[in-house]
Amino acid sequence: VTKADRIADNLNAGLHALLAKDDSVYFLGEDISDPYGGAFSVSKGLSSRFRGRVLSTPLSENAIMGVANGLALAGDKVIVEVMFGDFALLAADQLVNFAAKSVSMYGTRRAMPVIVRCPVGGGRGYGPTHSQSVQKHFIGVPDLAVYELTPFHDCLALLEEMLAREEPCLLFEDKKLYGARRWDTAGDELFRFGFAGAGFGQAWLAGAPPDESDCVVISTGGTAPLVLEAMRTLFLRDEIQCRLLVPARLHPFDLESIEPVLAACGRVVVVEESVAGGTWGAEVAARIYDRLWPELRSQVGLVHSRSSVIPAAPHLERDVLVQADTVCARVREAVRD
Amino acid sequence: VTSVLGRRAGVAPTRLADEDLDRLLLIRRFEEQLLELFAAGQVSGTTHTCLGQEYVPVALEALLDPNDYVFSNHRGHGHYLARFRDVNGLLAEILGREGAVCNGVGGSQHVLRGRFVSTGVQGESLPVAVGTALHLKRHDPAAIAVAYVGDGTWGEGGVYEALNMAKLWSVPLVVVVENNGIAQSTPTRLHMAGSVAGRTAAFGIDHLLVSSTDVNLVRRQADAPVRKVRQGAGPLVVEFETVRLGPHSKGDDTRDRDEVHSLQQHDWCGAYEKAFPEQFASAAAGQTAVLAAAVADVLARPPSSWRHL
Repeated sequence: VTKADRIADNLNAGLHALLAKDDSVYFLGEDISDPYGGAFSVSKGLSSRFRGRVLSTPLSENAIMGVANGLALAGDKVIVEVMFGDFALLAADQLVNFAAKSVSMYGTRRAMPVIVRCPVGGGRGYGPTHSQSVQKHFIGVPDLAVYELTPFHDCLALLEEMLAREEPCLLFEDKKLYGARRWDTAGDELFRFGFAGAGFGQAWLAGAPPDESDCVVISTGGTAPLVLEAMRTLFLRDEIQCRLLVPARLHPFDLESIEPVLAACGRVVVVEESVAGGTWGAEVAARIYDRLWPELRSQVGLVHSRSSVIPAAPHLERDVLVQADTVCARVREAVRD
Repeated sequence: VTSVLGRRAGVAPTRLADEDLDRLLLIRRFEEQLLELFAAGQVSGTTHTCLGQEYVPVALEALLDPNDYVFSNHRGHGHYLARFRDVNGLLAEILGREGAVCNGVGGSQHVLRGRFVSTGVQGESLPVAVGTALHLKRHDPAAIAVAYVGDGTWGEGGVYEALNMAKLWSVPLVVVVENNGIAQSTPTRLHMAGSVAGRTAAFGIDHLLVSSTDVNLVRRQADAPVRKVRQGAGPLVVEFETVRLGPHSKGDDTRDRDEVHSLQQHDWCGAYEKAFPEQFASAAAGQTAVLAAAVADVLARPPSSWRHL
């Protein structure tokens, strides 16, 4: 595989391009100003280049989100950086009760172009309050879209798509992706790579056409790297051909455009890092059962982390979080059925 | 609050312009009419009336420009009517009838029209108002954002996050505190340590205490401080010592009769009627007729329709 820029750099470049292109875009967050440039260095250079529109805030997630809402209400577009996704829960009232509801509760559609960026996920030993995958807590809120960074989608296009929705969008960013390089080529020695449907949809990676694949794996952007690792193992050791689908938008989930692929294969496993219970995967599975029950050859497999806080010590954390082995085991089970 | 109200009792009201008195009585009659409609089973859900507090938005609206944003709260009918006089649109919103300001989706507590926004969660509007004020500072420097909150709102953490940012960024924001001495059923002394003034001072924000219920005097007192905000001096908190004569929502007043009776001694309305009986009688008859016509009109309308896009 020839790989492109680091994902954090691609995101940083996307933010720069967006603020340069559109004078009405604001960027707010804690410790985002230079020379620090955000806890994960994603906002580097923005405060120096776009003075007055890039604001370092006090530690006030509730009010940061509120200020974003007030700017949006007055006609601006806003990107908020929440330092750790765990803290998005502090902004939940403004996000759920104001941003999302304002889109429709005043009787006519009201544009609320706000993107809330949330670094999430474990694997870095940050412990229980800095490692969660909180995506699932925001799934199913009317007029609130949930996105996740992937190793495949270009960040500027992603940011533009979110703003064009004119409704609040959460962008979850798995911290493990920041340092990784983005895929932007046709594939590698095992898998071809592309985007489903016209334009900018779900990314897919596969070694065989849908009807010759043994299993379709739908994965969040954050777990895509470990699913790819699992797919290699499954192919090389078990001769199992998987087809990976990675949506940038988790909710509302676009099932329609991938239905033919799922129907042709008949076996589906959904992978995410969130802990068990009320998961995104369960929501996706419910929709798949509803639409594709007669085509399925096995139960939709749900792969996620254990129902547990995320421990700080690496060996304990590893035991809780979803791993490539977990994916391999669940796919083998699905294929056996 | 009682002592201040006590000091104020007995001060004779000054004569109001007919237009102001009409506006005050329009709001008074609207709220009374609404409670009657509730009692008659014509209104669903809940509502919060501002009986006793009508003079606050009527006094302030004259200091505002149409380009100013107004953020209202759960007790917002007076704020809306002081700005728009649109009795039929608001009544239709509350009754879910055709012609409702927000197609009946928002109801009593969630109204958006032009630069007027209300929402029903305590403490939620202040951070939003800071954001809008930030926008105004850059694009519309002559305009300000005004946010109405109650004394109970000061229990919410978002208030302090917002005050902090408002002062740090010196945004054109006027926070209007309608301190009516009670948050739903909890007296201020049981929910607030310290005071609004003390909390405001902690942020280095100017605080103006308004004890008068006289629209003319309130305007005279608030005019210069509000103008200062408009000129870029940064945020201001205006605290009104006021009274809530009615229940929190409907039929949920736990205060005893004596207490409510003593609050009525501080109602602007009775004092004004005594001081200017003829002007009052004429205005009251006029606004009673306006409301009667509005109720008849709105009740005859079909239900509102809404297509969620």
